[in-house]
Amino acid sequence: MKKRQTQARVPRCKKCGAPAVIYMRQHRLALCETHFQEWFVNYTQRTIEKYHMFGPEDRVLVAVSGGKDSLALWDVLTQLGYRADGLYIGLGIDEGTQYSQRSLEAVRGFMAERPGLRLYVVDMKEAYGETIPELARRVRRGRGKPCSVCGLSKRHIMNELALREGFDVLVTGHNLDDEAAVLFQNTLRWQTGYLARQSPVLEATHPGLVRKAKPFCRFYEREVAAYAIVRGIEYQYDECPFSVGATTIYYKELLNQLERHSPGSKFQFYTQFLKAKKKGLITFHEPEGEVVLRPCRICGQPTTAGEICAFCRMWVRPDMDLEEAKRSVPSLTFRVETSESEEG
Amino acid sequence: MAKVVFRDQEWEIPGGKTVREIIEELGLNPEAVLAVKGKKLLNEETVVEDEDEIKLIAVISGG
Ligand SMILES: [Zn+2]
Ligand SMILES: [Zn+2]
Repeated sequence: MKKRQTQARVPRCKKCGAPAVIYMRQHRLALCETHFQEWFVNYTQRTIEKYHMFGPEDRVLVAVSGGKDSLALWDVLTQLGYRADGLYIGLGIDEGTQYSQRSLEAVRGFMAERPGLRLYVVDMKEAYGETIPELARRVRRGRGKPCSVCGLSKRHIMNELALREGFDVLVTGHNLDDEAAVLFQNTLRWQTGYLARQSPVLEATHPGLVRKAKPFCRFYEREVAAYAIVRGIEYQYDECPFSVGATTIYYKELLNQLERHSPGSKFQFYTQFLKAKKKGLITFHEPEGEVVLRPCRICGQPTTAGEICAFCRMWVRPDMDLEEAKRSVPSLTFRVETSESEEG
Repeated sequence: MAKVVFRDQEWEIPGGKTVREIIEELGLNPEAVLAVKGKKLLNEETVVEDEDEIKLIAVISGG
């Protein structure tokens, strides 16, 4: 009797009729634990194909942070049989919180249960002599928060490592909530340049740029978290201490208020934007003359910032000549960790 | 009473409410929170009974 009460209102799995663990209003779809996992993996594959992200022969580099999105993504791509290696960047955000340390532990814990995975580890302190907070303090960028230094460093390192190690595509765990929040923010300001570029795939428009893709861009953040939970992935629950009060979180909350009262609105907002753009119904032009990409004279990565890219500039003083500048920028170093393969 | 844990806070809530009702009562948005019992994910329509212990997990992250 008690059991019946407990389950009375729980929707049934569309596939097998068992009690559902999740109901996705925007798809009008209820699924049990088993069928939700199956659906999630298949839907990722459909997204990869829909946006022509990559194929079975491509070498894929997954940017892993230890959070739910990136670990779930690595898990799914591995299940789908893709050749996917991980890249973890040790930011050194540990003062008081051990945030980075615990993130790496989450990644290692994940790998320990999945034999045969390969992880590239770039440690900021080892490779560049400074952690992200130290680097940010020295270059005094970003009003006391290291987020802008962190973002540009991660982008630079991911791109350089992917190209150097011969990967065809770099993938990130961005979900629909991430993408919709960015879209919302850019639409409110009619940032036409950003709106023109926002896409599930960013082509390598320059020889110094790696192709990028976001295979989770059609999942709600809630679904990715649900997947991580049902798969037993022990991800890093804690937020980066610097993300407190981040504007992205604010926009996500706003969109979730909309979603609560009008289910599916988040999904429509993002996917209809992509559809309309693809059909040419809305077009945005990059502001004229603004985006001239030229290779950085030190690292070769394309930059809009002039002769030397924003990353290299963190080590270069205006009085240096080019040779001296080249010597001042530390070069990328990394180590590779592997999880024991089944036979070994 | 059922025990509800979220971040470092704890609440005692009389049994018989659904997960969704509990989340709303705590002033949270069901779109942004999931509930687990042990390691099991709970559907939001699941009724939480006395003696149950559930944990709420925020799904929204910055970045
Ligand atoms: Zn089922
Ligand atoms: Zn450079």
